[in-house]
Amino acid sequence: MDLILEQFPIVVRALNVGFMQTLKLFFATLIGAVPLGLIITFGSMSRFKPLSYFTKIIVWIVRGTPLMIQLLIFYYFPGLVLGTPIWGSGEAGRFLAAAVAFIFNYACYFSEIYRGGIQSVPVGQEEAGLVLGMTKSQIFFKVKLLQMIKRIIPPMSNEIITLVKDTSLARIIALQEIIWAGQAFLKGSQGIAGAIWPLFFTGVYYLIFSGILTVLLGRLERKLDYFR
Amino acid sequence: MTVLEVENIYKSFGRIDVLKDVSFSLEEGQVLSIIGSSGSGKTTLLRCLNFLEHPDKGVIRVNGETLFDADDASTQKESHIRSKRLHFGLVFQSFNLFPQYTALQNVMLAKELLAKERPDYKAKKKEIYEEIKAQAEELLRQMGLENRMNNYPHQLSGGQCQRVAIARALALEPDILCFDEPTSALDPELTGEVLRVIKELADKKTTMIIVTHEMSFAKEVSNQVIFMDDGRILEQGDPIEVFEHPKEERTRHFIGSIKSN
Repeated sequence: MDLILEQFPIVVRALNVGFMQTLKLFFATLIGAVPLGLIITFGSMSRFKPLSYFTKIIVWIVRGTPLMIQLLIFYYFPGLVLGTPIWGSGEAGRFLAAAVAFIFNYACYFSEIYRGGIQSVPVGQEEAGLVLGMTKSQIFFKVKLLQMIKRIIPPMSNEIITLVKDTSLARIIALQEIIWAGQAFLKGSQGIAGAIWPLFFTGVYYLIFSGILTVLLGRLERKLDYFR
Repeated sequence: MTVLEVENIYKSFGRIDVLKDVSFSLEEGQVLSIIGSSGSGKTTLLRCLNFLEHPDKGVIRVNGETLFDADDASTQKESHIRSKRLHFGLVFQSFNLFPQYTALQNVMLAKELLAKERPDYKAKKKEIYEEIKAQAEELLRQMGLENRMNNYPHQLSGGQCQRVAIARALALEPDILCFDEPTSALDPELTGEVLRVIKELADKKTTMIIVTHEMSFAKEVSNQVIFMDDGRILEQGDPIEVFEHPKEERTRHFIGSIKSN
């Protein structure tokens, strides 16, 4: 116990650094995947059949394979197979590859949630807008959008909480996020070796962060409780 | 004065002919009821008038202006359909109120959006808003909803929702107000309050087309009744004539089966 207390400040400092990388990946994914998901939704709902089929196949592949494999492919495929490394070297290159893989993966999941949200707004809402002389875009922004947002918040919250923990998969390409930082003390780092507790302790970071997100997302959900 | 002329409307969905050669006209201030069994084409006819469906053949004229002519492509431009729709109002069976807006906001929304297209909107924003609000409040008062203006649709009964929907349609001052089975989603108690409101509108000489299953109401409120069967107008005329002395066997049978209920 005394040993842990002694190691604690060193470990926390290292985990904090790792967690910053985790947070960076989390927010980059969110910022990229939220709009990209919408574009994929429009693709899969397109009346132009080839585009809709193409998009659906992409979504099927991305949702049907492990994110870990996608990370490996995104990171190694350009350099090792094509001979054109595109990600740059070091931590910055790993981060870029991880962020692109995460954004693409999550955008596909989000697109399906959006599609559900769009299709859940009854046709009658659009028709009521039309007979009142509204334009299609007025109907989308003034009538349908808020109803869609209300419907997608619970499933989106779910995905966002999952994303918090999925960021740890970036460990597989040696991104120096919090799991990587914790594991370092197992192998030996800053005079500490063979310590497993830092790895276990990373769980506290995830728990606190997902706790904060749960509260915030719950608040957002309640904000839209005023209508049904 | 003739407000609406509908000539030889045909409409089919795939291989199913829903409307077959439907023609009628409507005078200003009059009420036309359309009766008939489910699937006879009543709702499709209303949807054609409101440009939610596109007739395959036929002509629709309002106040002498040809709004739609299947043989004249210039009457079918998507960009013009919006303004043409404003000649008609439509009250739906399932209300279709906007759930995120209060009763008052539901009535005001479309008019506010239209006002934004006025050239003087920026200069007189405040006045225009107040004007629209005052009109919407007056309409809701007429509907007996003065205490419900700031309620959201989910806080209202079905009958109250439908009265908000009627106010919403009236706010745009359509030439012809259409009702698509306005009470079919309501229990008998709530049906009465909605029919009362429609009756008041009829007394004020609002031009209306009402698709309904409420036979006694149709008889009481209408100046003209159309009986539709299998996409055709089978009988058309004075309500007393159609209800008391139907010419066609099919009409007799339909009215008889309703009465015996």
